[in-house]
Amino acid sequence: MPDRDTYTASELLAVMSSRLLKDGQVVFAGVGIPLLAATLAQGLHCPGLTILFEGGVIGPMIEPGKLPPSTNEQRCTKRANMVLGSTDVLLLLQRGYIDVGFMGGAQIDRHGNLNSSFIGDPAKPKTRLPGTGGGNDISSLAQMIVAMKHEKRRFVEHVDFVTSPGFLTGGSSRRDSGLPSGGMYRVVTDLGIFGFDDETKRMMILALHPGVTTGQVQENTGFPLSADPDVEVTARPTGRELECLRRLDPQRLYTA
Amino acid sequence: MSETYLELRRKLAERDRSLHEKVMSLEAAAGLVKDGETVGIGGSTLSRTPMAMIWALIRAGRKRLTCARSITSSEGDWLFGSGACDRVITSWFSQGIVWGISKVMRHHVETGKARFDEWSHMSVGLRFKAGAMGVPFLPVRSMLGSDVLRQRPEPREIDCPFTGEKLLLVPALNPDVALIHVQRCDPYGNAQMDGLPFMDADLAMAANRVILTTERIVSNDQIRRAPDHTKIPFFAVEAVVEVPFGCAPHECGGIYEPLYDHMDYYTSLVNKDPVGGMKEYLDRYVYGPKTWVEYLNLLGLGPLLDAALRGRSIANA
Repeated sequence: MPDRDTYTASELLAVMSSRLLKDGQVVFAGVGIPLLAATLAQGLHCPGLTILFEGGVIGPMIEPGKLPPSTNEQRCTKRANMVLGSTDVLLLLQRGYIDVGFMGGAQIDRHGNLNSSFIGDPAKPKTRLPGTGGGNDISSLAQMIVAMKHEKRRFVEHVDFVTSPGFLTGGSSRRDSGLPSGGMYRVVTDLGIFGFDDETKRMMILALHPGVTTGQVQENTGFPLSADPDVEVTARPTGRELECLRRLDPQRLYTA
Repeated sequence: MSETYLELRRKLAERDRSLHEKVMSLEAAAGLVKDGETVGIGGSTLSRTPMAMIWALIRAGRKRLTCARSITSSEGDWLFGSGACDRVITSWFSQGIVWGISKVMRHHVETGKARFDEWSHMSVGLRFKAGAMGVPFLPVRSMLGSDVLRQRPEPREIDCPFTGEKLLLVPALNPDVALIHVQRCDPYGNAQMDGLPFMDADLAMAANRVILTTERIVSNDQIRRAPDHTKIPFFAVEAVVEVPFGCAPHECGGIYEPLYDHMDYYTSLVNKDPVGGMKEYLDRYVYGPKTWVEYLNLLGLGPLLDAALRGRSIANA
């Protein structure tokens, strides 16, 4: 059995976010931790989980040790129920078949907006990032779980660029912009689990991982976070979860 | 910029749409693409990339192309780095998430040498679909409220005339030419694809003409035995080129997987030095070899066979 007390931040992310998925759900998963966590959930508590990939795949069963480099290669189609056009699979989000959109994130703000396009002014960018891919479509049209590393430079008051909409400027601004459905549900980091206030749509602490304090979370966050006084503590990853995860990603492609 | 409906129809009407042979060499097919044209590229990321055709266009010295693809990988580096293309329309542009951010893309975009017009993945697809349908736009419920939309002058927000809801209209994209690689087609251009279809059928019907590259040419009789597998009809196609391993170092579903070691070598070379490293790579792999077979020789028999073994066993349960 793997050592229960030592795991990487990425492994913690994968395990914690896999626990948020429920059996029977239909999950639209991005590459990296989401793909890994959804596959992990499928192997543990969610045998009836249906995974969708933007490359055009419904219900694949990813082979341990053969993780795809993106969600657009034939490895993603392993033991799938159906392959279809990439426009058509994304249209399933718009039609409303998907319970959870599940993505990674580079930069997020207090209203759950994600940036994967620009660092700095878009007119004269310091860094041009790869862009949205399906991220904008998924976050515009589904309830979202986002898994990402918790660092102050990644958790900012306002993102430099809203690539994938969360609750925009909070309140009803998402709905008012023409996005009546979906929105951020949970943000999972290596420090804790976060949700959004029903009214203000601001991010708040829902649970802390073992050994993490609210002060530590606040120190690593670029905006004020509220928390319940009796905030929950998550259960540490089990030996079985880590063992299963390491079997899926033995080369640490996504869990370095 | 966008052509009128009647112009689009006229371009199809002028083409010989009879069932005739159109097999030619890579070099002859490259001659069908003109400087400054808008080129739709089939496949996505590392999958069914028409790499041989792109290789031939770069060698032919094409300039100022605008290239549109669902998701852009290392072929986008080649196109920017060689100067063949100065504008990419896509939803995501890097070699692949496991290799970080493409320094070649960054270098060209951040210095203003080239443009990267970002759309949501579904919006790229609906633009091709509108083009294929012969209508000027399609409505979509994504991009709204985001800065992806704020950066784009082309789409229009409207209140739906039926429901009053806010919707986004994305304009049709009708490329001058589409480059699509398939597993097999006949000499007339009836194309059959296996595995992930991506946006290729819409792209083919949106484009004014299609250049097909194919792993192998099969007889028309074989196509007629399984016409339900034909995804692109012959009359959309202007050229057919038989190019085994035509996506290498990317993959072609059911035949070969990506050459991962080559991708590791390539990305470390160009991401260390996006100008010098790219030039070194292009000189060695694109301009150096005299033929596509010589290029494949440089990739090496061992890595190609390994990729083929992995690709052919993909459907094994």
